[in-house]
Amino acid sequence: METFTPVTALIGGLLIGTAATLFLWLNGRIAGVSNIVAGLLEIRRGDVLWRLLFLCGLVAGASLYYLAFGEVPLHRADFPAWLLAAAGLLVGFGTSLGSGCTSGHGVCGLGRLSVRSLVATSVFVAVGIVTTFVVRHIFGVY
Amino acid sequence: MAAQLSMLLAGLIFGFGLALSGMTHASKVLGFLDVTGNWDPTLLFVMGGAVAVSAIAFRFVLRRRAPLLAEQFSLPPARQVDAPLVAGAALFGIGWGIGGYCPGPGVALLAAHGWETWVFIPSMLLGALLHRAFKSSLGGGGARAAVAAPEN
Repeated sequence: METFTPVTALIGGLLIGTAATLFLWLNGRIAGVSNIVAGLLEIRRGDVLWRLLFLCGLVAGASLYYLAFGEVPLHRADFPAWLLAAAGLLVGFGTSLGSGCTSGHGVCGLGRLSVRSLVATSVFVAVGIVTTFVVRHIFGVY
Repeated sequence: MAAQLSMLLAGLIFGFGLALSGMTHASKVLGFLDVTGNWDPTLLFVMGGAVAVSAIAFRFVLRRRAPLLAEQFSLPPARQVDAPLVAGAALFGIGWGIGGYCPGPGVALLAAHGWETWVFIPSMLLGALLHRAFKSSLGGGGARAAVAAPEN
C-alpha cells in the first residue's frame, strides 16, 4: 500500500463527507472523532450513547471493508513502541487542547468555512510534514 | 431508535470510507506527510472528496432550523483563533507526523488489532486525560471550559 491510489481515495473521501453530512443533518452533530472520543472520558447523562454508537459504527465500517476486500493494515514490526506511545500522547493532548483533529477541523470545520479550522488544519499539516521529515530522514525511523 | 440507528450508520459509512481511502494505513498517511521522500498524494484526494461534500451539503443542512432526528444542532460556538487552538494543532501535528495516526484511523485500529492498537489507543486516551487535568489545574473558569468542550 505504498502507491498512489487516487480513485479509492476520492470515493473514500466522498463517503467520509457523506457520513459527516448525515451526522449533521440527522443528529445535528459534528463528526469529529477526537471530541467524540474525549467526551467519553467525562461521563455525562445522555452524552455517552451517541458517542459509542458512532465509534462502534466506525470500527464496524472499517472491519466490513477489510472483510470484503482484505486489505488489512499491517502493524509495523520495527517501529519503536515508545515512539508510538509518545505519538498517541501528543495526538490525545493536542486534539483536546486544539478542540479537533483531521475530521473535526479538516472535514467538518473546512466544510463550515470556519477560520479556526482552516488555521488548525494548516498548522497540523505543516507541523506533521516537518515532523515526518525529522523522524524519517534525520533519525531514520520508518 | 431512528436517531440511534442513524448514529451507527454515520459511523459505519465513515469507517468504511476511511478504510477504502487507505487512510487506516499509517504508511499512506506518512507517505503524504513525507514530501521529500517518495511522496504519495493520496491523502489530498481523500480530504478533497470529503471537503467537497461537506462544503456543499453543510450549507443546505445548516439552513434548517433543526436536525431531522434531534431538537437542535450541537455546534461549536464561533470563537477567535487563539493560542490553545494553534498550540494544540501543533502538538497534534507532531504526534500525527511521528505515528501516522490521527484519531479516526487510531480508533479504526480496533478493526485490525495488533500491537499498535494497544499502544496507540491507550496513550491517546491518556493524552486527552492529561489535557483535562492540565486544564483544571489552571483553574481557568468552568464557563470557558464548558464552552470549549463541544467543538468538533
